[in-house]
Amino acid sequence: MQPLAITRYSAVNCLGAGSQALAGAMLEQRSGLAPCDFDSVALDTHIGRVRGLEALPVRSDLGAYDCRNNRMAQLAIEHDGFAGAVAQARSRYGAVRIGVFMGTSTSGILETELAYHRRAPVTGALPPKFRYAETHSTFSVADFVRRYLDLQGPAFVVSSACSSSAKVLGSAARMIAAGVCDAAVVGGVDTLCLTTLYGFHSLELTARGPCRPFDAQRDGISIGEGAGFALLERVGPKTDAGAKRLLGIGDSCDAHHMSTPHPDGLGARLAMQRALQSAGLAPADIDYVNLHGTGTRTNDAAEDRAISSVFDGATPCSSTKGATGHLLGAAGITEIIISILAIERGVMPGSAQTRQVDPAMRCNYLLEPRPARVRRVLSNSFGFGGSNCSVVLGAAG
Amino acid sequence: MRAFVEGIGLVGPGLNGWQASRAMLAGGQAYRPAPTSVSASALLPAAERRRAGVPVKLALAAGLEAIEAASRDAANLATVFASSSGDCDNVHAMCESLATPERQVSPTRFHNSVHNAAAGYWSIATQCRAPSTSLCCHDSSFAAGLLDAASQVAVDGNPVVLIVYDHPYPAPLSTARPIGATFGAALVLAPQASAGAIALLDIEFEPQQAGATRMDDPGLEALRIGVPAARCLPLLAALTRRSSEPVFLEYVTGTHLRMAVTPCD
Repeated sequence: MQPLAITRYSAVNCLGAGSQALAGAMLEQRSGLAPCDFDSVALDTHIGRVRGLEALPVRSDLGAYDCRNNRMAQLAIEHDGFAGAVAQARSRYGAVRIGVFMGTSTSGILETELAYHRRAPVTGALPPKFRYAETHSTFSVADFVRRYLDLQGPAFVVSSACSSSAKVLGSAARMIAAGVCDAAVVGGVDTLCLTTLYGFHSLELTARGPCRPFDAQRDGISIGEGAGFALLERVGPKTDAGAKRLLGIGDSCDAHHMSTPHPDGLGARLAMQRALQSAGLAPADIDYVNLHGTGTRTNDAAEDRAISSVFDGATPCSSTKGATGHLLGAAGITEIIISILAIERGVMPGSAQTRQVDPAMRCNYLLEPRPARVRRVLSNSFGFGGSNCSVVLGAAG
Repeated sequence: MRAFVEGIGLVGPGLNGWQASRAMLAGGQAYRPAPTSVSASALLPAAERRRAGVPVKLALAAGLEAIEAASRDAANLATVFASSSGDCDNVHAMCESLATPERQVSPTRFHNSVHNAAAGYWSIATQCRAPSTSLCCHDSSFAAGLLDAASQVAVDGNPVVLIVYDHPYPAPLSTARPIGATFGAALVLAPQASAGAIALLDIEFEPQQAGATRMDDPGLEALRIGVPAARCLPLLAALTRRSSEPVFLEYVTGTHLRMAVTPCD
């Protein structure tokens, strides 16, 4: 693909609001996971919760969209100068030439879950104030972002579970290549809700303590929440030389099982190979791999096999989910931003919470942050339904 | 963006396949609604067939009809799935369970709750590992799917099958989000004209309001308005009639898609 410039990005997650908080935590090997205290949830697990959202309603003119998920989107838009950068792009290209492509897995379903606790005793009706289109609808977050940023280009949501906000970059890149847009706001937002907390628990996939990706003693995921955004533009003579590049993207299906990865990581391997091919790069060109690395027994084992079949075993890899938790539909964009920070700061992230790497793993797994010249990173995002996406990021030139 | 339509699939109330529905779509025969009839594809392994919800069955039925008509192999065709609300029965059942003191949810219900469940079952049934995406754009999900599928054809130069489906919510969500019927449709789109190509589509995103093309038959028009996935009907009608009139499709607020249709010989 033709490389695109990532001219601005922002992130919010349990490590803090703004990408500086994320970068700081990465350098200090800090984790934001804590025992679950969300709503009325009584599960013995850790979560990556964003504090203070309860006191941050959405902008009043968009009050109909007020829900935890859209509050999270707003919080990220208002950090890292993202709203200002989009306003500048709007004056450069025009609002109709900027697309909005967002990833989410559960959108504002928390509103529906809570509404089901307050059904009318006789009729079973939902509370009259319940609003489906602006909250629960999977499209709600892209609708909200498009209105919030006053954009009028094409928009939709990609919802492919935990690969959602990696895949949006593919859709955005095609829209720009096809000339439908000149720029695109891409991102992912997912927030804590009962469906994911109790759902992953029902599959026995939630860790008791903080998740420990690639650890010999790993026992599942820690569910997190957050948002990440990026502004994608064509590379031109005026493009900031410091802006990092989207170099390639590849996706695939496992064709194996709805909630368990292919044991040999076949789909994961195809996604990585297609991403490298799309970037016109060889495995040896990649300096660091940000793994999907959820911390479940089967996911990490399958990803290790896939990595070992593509890379030679020397390429440094790590999962950052021990720091952030698993952001589900926002995981892809969050880890793309971590990959950009790795290039900018010259540090490969370590693996907060992981104590001892599983001896069965063959990849070169980093426990501690490692200072290094990082030029190109591959980031993996895999999800339920066997949905896989890999993205290649790089420095300019 | 240009794409050739190679095959069409259709499953809806009184619409049992595109071939069987041609006379109704073309306007020669009156439309008679009847409950949508859809069964699970034999391609699904037994365990998945048991677990699959209605949207999975819809997607497979419509998608496979279109692919067969296009003489393509489902095992290596890229897919775009678009749905306004996914598996609505499943959402309701999950929310009911989560409102009980025990909050016991079934693992199958949970993995079926992802918006890309149809894509997951599809890839298991067809053994397809090609790129796949699952989109939502509320009432404009078909338009969004068409735009993304057309961009894959135009930019990647690969054929793709677009599958759009919707299935009603039960009460009480049916009040907040009414969906009129169970409906699925599919289009195989390709970059080059093949021997059996039906028409060439030229799809433009236009950032102004424009009235959507309607169905002449009042029953089909009610279906178009009542089910987001059925917003594809005017395009299907134009393709069936071999019309070269442009088709207008409402998209996100303040925008529409304009489709120029050129029938192939």
